[in-house]
Order: sequence, then C-alpha cells, then structure tokens
Amino acid sequence: MTPSPGRAIPDRLVPPLRRALTSWEMLLLAVAVAIFVANSFASPWFLDPWNLSDASVNFTEKAMIAFAMAMLIIAGEIDLSVASIIALCSTVMGAAMVAGAPTPVLVLLGLGTGLACGAFNGFLVAGMGLPSIVVTIGTMSLFRGISYIVLGDSAFTGYPADFGFFGQGYVWWVITFELALFAGLALAFGILLHATSFGRMVYAIGNNATAARFSGIRVDRVRFVLFLLTGVMSGIAAVCLTSRLGSTRPSIATGFELEVVTMVVLGGISILGGSGSIPGVVLAALIMGLVTFGLGLLNVPGIVMSIIIGALLIAVIALPRLWRMVAK
Amino acid sequence: MTLLKSREAILALAILVLLAVVAARFPGFVRTANLANVLTDTSPLIILALGQMVVILTKCIDLSMAANLALSGMVAGLMNIAGVPLPLILLAVIALGATLGAVNGVLVWGLNIPSIVVTLGTMTIYRGTIFVLTGGKWINAHQMTDGFKAFPRTVLLGLPVMTWIMAAIVLAFAVLIYRTPLGRAFFAVGGNPHAAVYTGISVGRTQFAAFVIAGALAGLTGYLWVARYAVAYVDIAGGFELDVVAACVIGGIAIAGGAGSVAGAVMGAIFLGIVKNALPVVGISPFWQMAISGTAILVAIAFNARSQGPKGRIILKSAEHRT
Amino acid sequence: MLDASPTAPGTHPVLSLRGISKNFPGVRALADVQLDLFPGHVTALIGENGAGKSTIVKILTGIYQPDGGTIAVAGRAVKFPTAQAASAAGVTAIHQETVLFDELTVAENIFIGHAPRGLFGLIDTGLMEREARRLLGSIGADLDPRARLRDLGIASRHLVAIARALSVDAQVVIMDEPTAALSHKEIHELYELVEKLKRQGKAILFISHKFDEIFRIADRWTVFRDGQFVDEGLMAEATEARLVQMMVGREVDQIYPKRPARIGAPVLTVSGYSHPTEFDDIGFTLHQGEILGFYGLVGAGRSEVMQALFGITRPSKGACRIGDRVLTLRSTAEAVAAGIVYVPEDRGRQGAVKGLPIFQNITLPSLRQTSRSGFLRLAEEFRLARDYTQRLDLRAASLDQDVGLLSGGNQQKVVIAKWLATRPRVIILDEPTKGIDIGSKAAVHDFMSELAAEGLAVIMVSSEIPEVLGMSDRVIVMREGRIAAELEGGRMTPENLVRAAAGIEGEAA
Repeated sequence: MTPSPGRAIPDRLVPPLRRALTSWEMLLLAVAVAIFVANSFASPWFLDPWNLSDASVNFTEKAMIAFAMAMLIIAGEIDLSVASIIALCSTVMGAAMVAGAPTPVLVLLGLGTGLACGAFNGFLVAGMGLPSIVVTIGTMSLFRGISYIVLGDSAFTGYPADFGFFGQGYVWWVITFELALFAGLALAFGILLHATSFGRMVYAIGNNATAARFSGIRVDRVRFVLFLLTGVMSGIAAVCLTSRLGSTRPSIATGFELEVVTMVVLGGISILGGSGSIPGVVLAALIMGLVTFGLGLLNVPGIVMSIIIGALLIAVIALPRLWRMVAK
Repeated sequence: MTLLKSREAILALAILVLLAVVAARFPGFVRTANLANVLTDTSPLIILALGQMVVILTKCIDLSMAANLALSGMVAGLMNIAGVPLPLILLAVIALGATLGAVNGVLVWGLNIPSIVVTLGTMTIYRGTIFVLTGGKWINAHQMTDGFKAFPRTVLLGLPVMTWIMAAIVLAFAVLIYRTPLGRAFFAVGGNPHAAVYTGISVGRTQFAAFVIAGALAGLTGYLWVARYAVAYVDIAGGFELDVVAACVIGGIAIAGGAGSVAGAVMGAIFLGIVKNALPVVGISPFWQMAISGTAILVAIAFNARSQGPKGRIILKSAEHRT
Repeated sequence: MLDASPTAPGTHPVLSLRGISKNFPGVRALADVQLDLFPGHVTALIGENGAGKSTIVKILTGIYQPDGGTIAVAGRAVKFPTAQAASAAGVTAIHQETVLFDELTVAENIFIGHAPRGLFGLIDTGLMEREARRLLGSIGADLDPRARLRDLGIASRHLVAIARALSVDAQVVIMDEPTAALSHKEIHELYELVEKLKRQGKAILFISHKFDEIFRIADRWTVFRDGQFVDEGLMAEATEARLVQMMVGREVDQIYPKRPARIGAPVLTVSGYSHPTEFDDIGFTLHQGEILGFYGLVGAGRSEVMQALFGITRPSKGACRIGDRVLTLRSTAEAVAAGIVYVPEDRGRQGAVKGLPIFQNITLPSLRQTSRSGFLRLAEEFRLARDYTQRLDLRAASLDQDVGLLSGGNQQKVVIAKWLATRPRVIILDEPTKGIDIGSKAAVHDFMSELAAEGLAVIMVSSEIPEVLGMSDRVIVMREGRIAAELEGGRMTPENLVRAAAGIEGEAA
C-alpha cells in the first residue's frame, strides 16, 4: 500500500509582520513614546542631547545584564546573584589596581571573575540540578560576602585615568562608550536569541525542558552557557560601573538584581519561561531610563522613583490581564 | 502530627555541632542567659520565616516581607508619637501588615500574576511609601514613649516578652499547619495544585490566605523591631527578606512548594541567628557573616536535593533493600 | 460480566444528562449528548479520542459548566458550579492522573476538603484515622492511614482515591482509564472492587479503551462520537464489531496490518546492559527491517532500558554496538547522532514541546542540518516540516500553529515526524498507540510496517497483547528488570507472554 500523499498544510496563517504589530513590544513602544513626549513637556532640560546621553547610564549597565538575564529567564531559570557578581568583580579589579596592574589587565580580571562566578552558578544549577532561585540567593550572599571579607567598610579608590574611559568616555559626539556598548550588545543578543540554533534551544528548554532533552538537546550545556553569559555580562557591567564611580565598595550595585529582573519582566519576558524577546528588553530599558531621568529632572527623590517603577511593573503586567477578564 | 523526619534531626544536629564549635572558643556563649539572648535576637527572623514558610508551601514567594515590616514599624512609631495607646497600635500594625499582604494576595489570586513579580513590585512600593510618609526623617529613641520601647523587652518568667510572643506564634503555627483544614490545604495546593481543585480547595484563595498571614506577621514584627531597636527609618531590615528565604531553605522548606515543617523553619532561623551572634564572640569579623550564610544556604540546598532520593524507579528486587 | 439483576423496567437513573453541549473557541466538544447512570450498574462510556469523554467527565465533576442542557440527580435538576458542588451531590471521579497529595497521609488524602472537626474547629485526627481505617477496610485495602502517600505505589493510590469517593458517600463513581498503570493482579482486585461498589448500589461510569475489560465488567454501554451521542444499550446484546463501528463510523478490520518482513543484517547489538536499580543483564540483537516487540507488566523496566539506549540514563555496565562500533551514549544528542531515536510514552511531558509551533518541533533535533553556522534558516525548516507532515498526513491549520493545540494522535505524528527527519537507523516506539483511538491506531501500525519495510529497525514497547502479537516479528518479555523470555514464531502466544511477564506457571491470559 503506497502512502497517500496527504494534504498540504500552509506554512503560516498569520503573516509575521501582523503578529509583530499586535504584540507586547508595540505596547511598550507606545508607552516609551508617550513617556518621551510627556518628559519633553515636563522639563526644558530634557531634550538636550548631552543630558539625554549622560542620563543613559541610568539603564545601560542594567540593560547589559538584562539581555543575558532575559535569555536565562526564557530558559526557565533565574540569576539573582548578578549584583553580587558585580561587587566581586569590582573587588578583584580594585585589588589588582592597588597591586599596580594596568587597565587592560583590570578589564580582563573583571570579565574573568564574572565568568568564574557564572561557571560556579552554572555548575550548581546545570551540573548538580539544584533549583536556580535558591542557588543564586545563596551565591548572592556568598559573592558579596567575599567582597565584604576583603574590603570590610573601606573602599578601593584611585583607579588609573584611562580606566575611567569605560564609564565616562565618549565614543562619538554625544554617544558614550556605555551607550555604544549597549547598542552593540542589544544587536548581538538579539541575533543570538532570535536567529541562531542556540536561541531556538533556549525557547524549547523554557517551554518544556524534558521534551527538549528527549529531542536531543543538550539541556544542561545550554543552561551552563546561559549562566556563563549572565556572569560575563555582570563582569562587563562591573567594569563600566566601577569605571564610572571611580571606586569599589562592597555595597556597590546593591539592589541591581531586582531592577534587572524588573527590566526583563517589563520587557514582556514571562517569568515562567518560554517567551519574550530582546527588542522588548531594549524598550523596557529605555522606558525605565526615561522615567528615572525625567523624574530626576523634576527632583523626585530616588526612592520615590522606585515606587513608580514598582507600580509600573505591576500595572504593565496587570492591565492586559484585567482587560482580558473584563472582555470575557 | 507527623513525626520528625530525618532532615529535621540532621538540622538539629548541625545546630548542636555549631554550638559546640563556638563553645570551644568561647564557653560563655552557651550559657543559658546568652542563649536566651540569641533566641530573643532571632525572634523576628523566626516569626517571619514562619510567614514565608506558608507562602512558599503554596508555591509562591514573598519578597516584600521586609518592606512590609519596615512600613508597619514606621507607622507604629508614628502612632506612638501621636499618642495612640499601645494595644491599639498592636492591633493597627497587625491589620496594616495583613492588608499589605492582602494586596499581594489579591494580585496573585485575582489576576494570576506570578508572586515573584508582584512582590518585587510591592517591595519597592511599600518601602518607598515610608519615605512619602516621613520625608526621609527618622524616628529616634527619645521620640518614642517608654512603654512603647519597653514592652518587647519586659522580662516575664525569665524571658523577654518578644521571645514569648515568638513562642506563642510558633505554637499557633504548629496547630495551624497540622490541625486545621487551611493548614493541610497549604500542603495540598503546593503539592498538587491541579488535584486541589478537584477536592474543592481554591488554590488562589489558599495562596491569598498565606499572603495575609505572612503580612500580618510582618506587621507585628515591624512593631517589635522598631520598639526593640528604638529607631525607625526607611531602610530598616533592608535585605532581610533574603535572610528569611534563606532560613526557610536551610530549614528544608522545598522552594517548589508542598513540603516543609514548622520545626524546620524555626531551626533554619535559629541556625542563622547563631551564626550571626557567634561571629563577633568567636573573633571572626562580622564581615564574614554574609559569606557564611551564603555557604550555609548552598550546603542546605545540596543536602535537600540529595535527600530527595535517587532519581529513577527501583525495579530490580535486589536493589530494593539497598536504599 | 452481567450482574444478577439486569436493569428492570422502572429502575430510574441516579444521574441523567440531557441535551448537554459544550463549546470551546473553535471546537464543539459536546453537542446535545445524553447519558444515564443506574444505581448498582456499570456503564461503559466508549468513544475515540476527541469524542468528548473527558469533557463530559469534567462537566460531571463540576470543573466545566455546560453551555446547554440539564443534569438531573435522582430525578431533580441540579447544577454543578464548582467541584465542591458536584462532590456534595455525590459525584466523584478517579482519574488517570493522580489527584492525590504526596506529602499528606492516607487519612488526610481521604478526608481533604471535608475533614471531621473537633474542638475549636481543629481537625479531629483520631476520628479521621479511625474513619479512614473503616473505609479502607470496606474495600479490602490493607493500608496504614498514617502512611504518607509518597511512599505508596499506584495500585494503593487508586484505593485511596476510591476510599475518598466513599468518604463523601458518592452515589456516582466515575473511573477514567483506571487500569492504565496496573498489573494483572491489581486489575483483578479492581474488578472485585467494582463488584463491591455495585453491590453497595453505586452507579459507575467506566471509561476504557480496552474491549476485553469493557465486556468483562460493564452492564450497559454508551457510545459517543465526535462530541455526539450515538447510542446506548445493554452489554449482553452488544458485539465488539458493532461497538467499534459505532465509535468510528466505519468498518475497521485491519488494525494490525501484518506485512511480510524482510529481515536484514543486524543493526544494533546490546549485551550485558545493567543499571544499579532499574535493569540487569539486558542483551539482544536488532535487525534491519525487523519489528522487535518488548512486552511486560507496567514497571517491568522496558522504558528504562529504552531510555538508557537513548542516552537519557546511563547504564552501569554493558555495551551497545551499532555494527562493530561500541557506543557510549552519555546524552540524547549522542544517541541521535548514532541513529537511535525514541518516541516516548508520555507524549505531553516528553514528546512535544507545547508552546512552540509544529515546524519548530519537527526541526528541533535537526537544527544542525537546517541551520548554517549556527544561524537559523527558516526556509529550510519549513521545507523539512512540509515534507514529513505531508508524509504522515498531519491534520493542522498551519505549520506555524502551536503544537499544543493538536489532538493526541496528531501530536504523536509530529513527534514521529521529528524523528524521521533525522533519518535514524533505529526507532524505538514506547506504547505508540496508548490512549489513541482505533482509527489512528490502525494508521500508526500501518506506518510502523512501512518503516520496517524501508529498512529501519523498529523496537516497539507495548503492554497490549494483541498489538504485540500482531505487529512484532519477535517478542522479548521483561520482568522486574530482567529478560524473562525471547519468543518468536509459533511460541509467540498470549499464554507464553503472560506466563513470562508474571513469572508464574500457567496463568491463562
């Protein structure tokens, strides 16, 4: 009996463009534009390109980590130790600086420490199979704890002048190094997540890690690499942040991890894994940056800003759900 | 009441070993009076760990507990300055904490938003509200009435009131978890949420109840904290929510929900409390505390995972008796 | 088969549904169905997958609300707005998936949601445990009410579920594929339990795909097809052929297309395969063009052996060879690279990745082939997906559709397509037709024969004797982690299979 040829099934019913236009990312874009416009009316200093550029530090460092964190969360894990990794990287760099190491060595050490921390997290989660939320709560204490052991309540200061370029330098006209790095990383991560096999595997693992494993995917290897990525990105952020502040304290970047997670969730990545995009994270970063900058121009204190960010996070997640419930 | 499982016994052993190690360097540490001090000092952590435990049992997490504590404590302080009598303050603070917890609960139950996202948001909102209420100003000891400050420290039958309050809460929790339908529902909802629906248990409502209980405890602890340390400001108990989760993890509460015990949560908190109090006494700089509790958490998780048992089924008869 | 008292005229149904409809977006799950359940009788609900059986169960247990129609309990119209309401009206169900709680004790599981209260509204543990003991005794279950459910096996868990049904004084007990994971002995015990429940006057709704079971314990039958009620009647007056015809709407005679086999060279040789807890000293040879059946009771270790061959778990001893090459299979990726693929039993958890579209599911193991230097090429992926979905006659709206929206049979096709796209040499199918309706079963069997004819080597793990005997060229029987027998030709009989699987002398099938 020869096989019947079977019906031909169309490839797609909804063209990709239409799907993109009705998505979360479009909502974020609308919100970002609205905030931009509101800000420009609220303060005369807002539209100055130099101000805008300088204010970008509000989000660039966190966004770098957020790209890697987004991929990790899509895969169904989380890394709450990123801020502590920054602290440890900064401490290692500071110690090397005091010992006289030149800037390139400092950068390498910063990145290397981040990589090592990521590998440690990766080993515990992917190698030993422990749940990432509590592992990274543990390493969060451990990594920053090591910084406290090294520094106590003192600080490393006196970084070489050329080290300051990363956090304070300009690449072209108003574009700071950090802003350029942010743009480059956004592109790189966007390609990695959306256009490579690795990215496809990340989505598969996030939707059903067991079925992914049963489909021949090396799930543990992918998870390990994702933790390496958050580690390295934390290292890069540590270089930028330390360079910008010009000093290292064990309390550096306290609370960063929660802002990074906020950025990721605001960007449309489901905390349960399996969905989300890099453009969403980019837009969320811009929104958070615009809000903090705009409010800063109005002299709103930082802690009140965090109320607004917290409320924004909940509102942005809650409103579509409310809408769906009312529409039923 | 279920018998103590081996995990709790091992944790108790670990605590005893820890005490022995400390006593070797500083025998005075294990004197009754000192141990009582440690217990009193750890009471806020024990109380919050119990609250976090019921939340984690239902497969949720509450990162806003410390912010809740801080806001409730500040409100208690403000009420004290305004001359409100202490019993009313206590009632108000518990009610406020419960309401703050209820906000978390409603968002999780009603809108199905994952708890980590909700409490991430409310955490910053609650703490920021302290600033809005006070403009960043502190309430210092001399502004508080003597009665307000003295109540938690008043010694009754050898122990301060705060310790008795903690003990009463531990007892109440044991009854709640093991002997009430709600207590059993926490385990059911966390263990098998799909099945819970079939037995008529509302998953959302049970989670809501957990958040309200956790919030109420955080509210009460807010008063205890502010009264005992005689100060209230925006950043009190900063980062404490992670110590609370750590206590639960060390105490064997499964982060996936549905498993854990009151004894475990209490002992997990006590373990961390001993570490914190022992360090200065043994001559280790308090700067080591963070790294040590981080390591303790990692060891506890690795141990929890090991004791889940070997993966895979036992099919060979010859293998049955080996495990 | 039939109990002593056939339905006398004038016996009223304890539960009666009329005109029940249920719609979901894009799907008419039920249209105007009726169902009657009589006290002291077992009614078998028969239908293919997608016929509406699980939907009607969810309506009866208050999980879903019907869009139209009436439910009557003992003649009075009722509604079940919540699961609690259904339970209060005396309707309970025992499902395939576990609806019990591992961390609670047996007694707590029986009484969860309605525990007896004592002082101050607290649970009266003593009374609860005594009551639990009584209920368990009444169904012949020898379990300690204080044991934690986590420590019990599947048969015991079913008993706890039944005890719970009794504790709410259920008048209607729904059993949804209750024997799916039970051994022969446990199945016998379940039948005896059903008889007990009948004598207690309960009305039982029994859902099963196994006709031998249905004919054994049901008194009445009701057939659903495509969400509609077809007919009902007495079991004594029914024949399997007629029931199947009503289920499917057409004659289905060739369920096991036995093809002439051209068995070729050995492809896979396994020797001395052992695992510390799951299996011991497994050895066999698989040839090209062969369908090798693996029979055994549930829990015999067959899936475990297959998962070790696929790289999910690691054997502690032994070797697996393709040709002369010894394989070390430390991951599924290595198994796939060696040409061994595995279609799992648990379709939902291990087979298809819900949330991803069909074409992405199909290309998942083949990304290296469809992508270039790590970059995805969608055109290649669609092409691959198109080829294989056409070959398998997949029914779906588009290749971009979420695989989770497909029916069970179509999801199985996606999983098979995914593996065929890797051009394997060995394909292992673990219970390939479990839970699949007759029509799709025939299609899967047909397809397996085709694969063998093309030169693939096929291993089929199955617990259904007719399927094993009908499709296999040879059968290996496993028991408690070891090979109990290897049968072929004339020795492939039901008696030999059962004897080897159960390890006892002369038990008739």
